[in-house]
Amino acid sequence: MVTVMELYQLLPKTNCKICGESTCMAFSVALLGRKKNISDCTPILEENFKKQKEKLESLLLPSAGAGETGMIVHPEICTGCGNCVVACPVDVANDPRGAAIGCAPTNDKVIFRVIDGKVVASNIKECRRFGKNKVLCYACIDPCPTGAIEFV
Amino acid sequence: MATCPGCALLCDDIEVIVENNMIKETKNACRRGAARIKGCINRLAPSIAQKPSDLESAIRKAAEILRNAKSPMLFGWSNSTCEAQAKGIQLAKKLGAVIDDTSSFCQGLLIEKFLQKKFRTCTLEEVRNNADILVYWGSDAQDSEPRHLSRFSYFPRGESRQRGYEEDRIAIAIDVRESNTAKICKGHFYRIQPKGDREFILALIDALSGKVPAYEPKKILELASILKKAEFGVIFAGIGLTYSIKDDFDILVLLADKIPNFHIMPMVGHYNMRGFNENLFRETGFVNRVKFDGKVVHDNKYSIVEAFQEKSIDALLIVGSDPLSSLPRSLIRHLTSIPVICIDPCVTMTSKIAAVTIPCAASGIESAGTAIRMDGKIIELSKIIGSDYLADEELLTRLMGAL
Ligand code: SF4
Ligand code: SF4
Ligand code: SF4
Ligand code: SF4
Repeated sequence: MVTVMELYQLLPKTNCKICGESTCMAFSVALLGRKKNISDCTPILEENFKKQKEKLESLLLPSAGAGETGMIVHPEICTGCGNCVVACPVDVANDPRGAAIGCAPTNDKVIFRVIDGKVVASNIKECRRFGKNKVLCYACIDPCPTGAIEFV
Repeated sequence: MATCPGCALLCDDIEVIVENNMIKETKNACRRGAARIKGCINRLAPSIAQKPSDLESAIRKAAEILRNAKSPMLFGWSNSTCEAQAKGIQLAKKLGAVIDDTSSFCQGLLIEKFLQKKFRTCTLEEVRNNADILVYWGSDAQDSEPRHLSRFSYFPRGESRQRGYEEDRIAIAIDVRESNTAKICKGHFYRIQPKGDREFILALIDALSGKVPAYEPKKILELASILKKAEFGVIFAGIGLTYSIKDDFDILVLLADKIPNFHIMPMVGHYNMRGFNENLFRETGFVNRVKFDGKVVHDNKYSIVEAFQEKSIDALLIVGSDPLSSLPRSLIRHLTSIPVICIDPCVTMTSKIAAVTIPCAASGIESAGTAIRMDGKIIELSKIIGSDYLADEELLTRLMGAL
């Protein structure tokens, strides 16, 4: 997980308040909590902060869905059994000839895949707990033998 | 696509990314499989009397030990390809040796019944497509064959099970403890006493015959009514069940007779244990514990456990197995008092005490071949990366030549 400090280190640190927060540190907290977007800090959009901005984006990307859907996966306790891959209704709908029938995923539209023996989640915005018609889905949590998937 | 030699599910949908002849990443293999494919850190090196040697000398020394032995045993085999197993059986014939594999203290007895066609069985693809009632009996598939439930048995949608596990399948666990598999079978876990399988089967047969069972009647009647409704049921028979009823498999046959829509499938751990059982069965009519003594002799005293107890063997060739780490201490004393030849890709506890060590390629990773999945299907193993190590099959051929 990214920390507030990691984000703060990449900001302009001028406390100019343009973003609507009183300090860059407060803005970091808001960024992490998904209450603000990077672009709210207009100074960082300038050319000389390009590298830092890209770094910020990459730090925030993997958890972009997690923040919104609250999904956390714990790779260290995952056994790679693939139950979640096959049980997730999004994977079933998006990969009927692969994940849905227990085979290896055949496209990139699935949420779960197993890499190096551990689960990796992507396309998290597709998760049924997210978006307009959200439902409280447990189809990845219930089949997991180790409790490696959590929603917070 | 590569095949994983991590267990007898032999998943053949593994993607491996290789860079500079090194395995960089695996996709779809479970944690155990990924570790297996990545290989061991401590590779075995050729040695004689614990001193480094070259491969040729090690093979010559091994041949000398086997030639001079009066009663050698060839053991291991469940982590070797069918091709290497066939060579091993030839070698045993040539030496007049005892040959046994890990199945003699595992699922061998059960597999023998399958090869004798005592049970109705099916393939894992049929399970995926048709099975509606799954019984994991004395088997923690989730831990021993980690992708069993996701690839074939419970979670996937199949041709006549389009609604998948949510509505079309019921998973039941019968076990002495609440295993990870039992946790998934929520609401359908039947706990039994250690060695209580027989009593449980008899009660179940009663219930299926319309009698009130003597033992836990409410639960057993409930289970019987679920089993009766099966269109395509499967009992996955694990080692817990095998151990508990090994003297009386007929009661399992009796149970199968009562539920005609059920199939029975043996659960196997090591990737090619069933392969060895089938190869030896074809050759001798037995799955393990055989001595080639001019003719084929089959006896319990030719199992590795009894042979150690009786101290009846005077040299041991081990291929791809580590008995020192899995057998009880009391038996190991004999193992350390006779010359041991160890063929393995990796350093093991057994290789550390071996008189001769001969490194081989990791099968399914550095050498190709075939293996038999737990349900009897033949699966190809591919060579994923090149290596200078010879396949165990090739080493056995050389060893035979050196005799
Ligand atoms: S707008 Fe950007 S630079 Fe100004 S205080 Fe906020 S985070 Fe710092
Ligand atoms: S909550 Fe449901 S939709 Fe979301 S990832 Fe898990 S299984 Fe898929
Ligand atoms: S179900 Fe759990 S243990 Fe299995 S692959 Fe998914 S996260 Fe890992
Ligand atoms: S389930 Fe068995 S064969 Fe399949 S990937 Fe895991 S260890 Fe390998």
